[in-house]
Amino acid sequence: MTSANARLILICSGKGGVGKTTLTANLGIALARQGESVAVLDADFGLRNLDLLLGLENRIIYTAQDVLAGTCRLEQALVRHKQQPTLSLLPAGNPRMLEWITPDDMRRIAALLAEQFRFVLIDCPAGIEDGFRNAAAAAEEAIVVTTPEVSAVRDADRVIGLLNSMGVKPVQLVLNRVRPEMMANQEMLSVTDVTDILALPLLGLVQEDKQVIVSTNKGEPLTLGEPSTPAGCAYQNVARRLRGDAVPIVDPSTERRGLRSRLRKLMTTRIF
Amino acid sequence: MALMDFINRLLGRQAPSASTARQRLQLVLAHDRSDLNPELLEQMRREILEVVSRYVEIDTAAGDVSLETEDRVTALVANLPILRARPVEPAPPDETGPPAEQPPVPPEPEWVEPPAD
Repeated sequence: MTSANARLILICSGKGGVGKTTLTANLGIALARQGESVAVLDADFGLRNLDLLLGLENRIIYTAQDVLAGTCRLEQALVRHKQQPTLSLLPAGNPRMLEWITPDDMRRIAALLAEQFRFVLIDCPAGIEDGFRNAAAAAEEAIVVTTPEVSAVRDADRVIGLLNSMGVKPVQLVLNRVRPEMMANQEMLSVTDVTDILALPLLGLVQEDKQVIVSTNKGEPLTLGEPSTPAGCAYQNVARRLRGDAVPIVDPSTERRGLRSRLRKLMTTRIF
Repeated sequence: MALMDFINRLLGRQAPSASTARQRLQLVLAHDRSDLNPELLEQMRREILEVVSRYVEIDTAAGDVSLETEDRVTALVANLPILRARPVEPAPPDETGPPAEQPPVPPEPEWVEPPAD
């Protein structure tokens, strides 16, 4: 079905709004900057947004739908990123397409992309219905994105169960929107809480970062330049780990040393 | 209780909620993963208690049958405090089958319980 060395990676979460599309855009750009050829496939036919986050919304002529229908060639539908030309976007089709697209269609598209690219990142729609199943059918491995909140973790758990039953593996975890201060004060699920509950290997930790919003405003992913903000660095590290580099994961809620952390340790030690 | 909880309480601040989140999540995931609805679980719980109480007298009020989950494996955990063993009379007698072998009588039954009907 696929060429031997392409990696077809699904980026999914179950719950909406946890950062799938932001991760796909940043990871795609970071991988491309690290010398890989990358295609990002927007599999969210209902609510497509990947074009917007990559700043490519004005350059779309054809979509995945046209490729499937045979009205254009794959090369015509692919939108190459200006600053990072080793990254191409295959836009999602019209929302009306949703009803008659099948898992086989998605497999066909993924196979076409796998002939030309080393990495194919599939941005999955939220939910666990047909849109998810179609997108997952095209993938060989997956990254589950979640945040340290009960609803996001619960939905991620459902998705992990489905991925396991579909034979997608490895499945790795990116914990997004981490607030180190709240975690340290035990006002938020900790990193180990989430990894223990979901029982997945951790691929990355991304801190809550205002610059993410600024970058989406501009349509310029944080990884486009040399990242200087916490989230940008985290996305870059996710890309490096995905390529096999052993980049250690630092938990920012336990990272701080010195007096403050010692005081915090004292404050959280059981006294009775 | 940690020192921080104590100070929080003194100052009237809200207690850290991460452990509450963890507990609620573990409970809801155990149910999600097993795909058992609460009524079915309740029915199973009742039947388990019924079967067990044929053999031993259990404290049904303190007893607990629940789902627990760890490492994506869900387990049914029954915690049933035994008050005392019932004398003889194990399973309901099988009327058609061959006579069941009498199980060993517990040593020195000091009390006699009327068989449950």
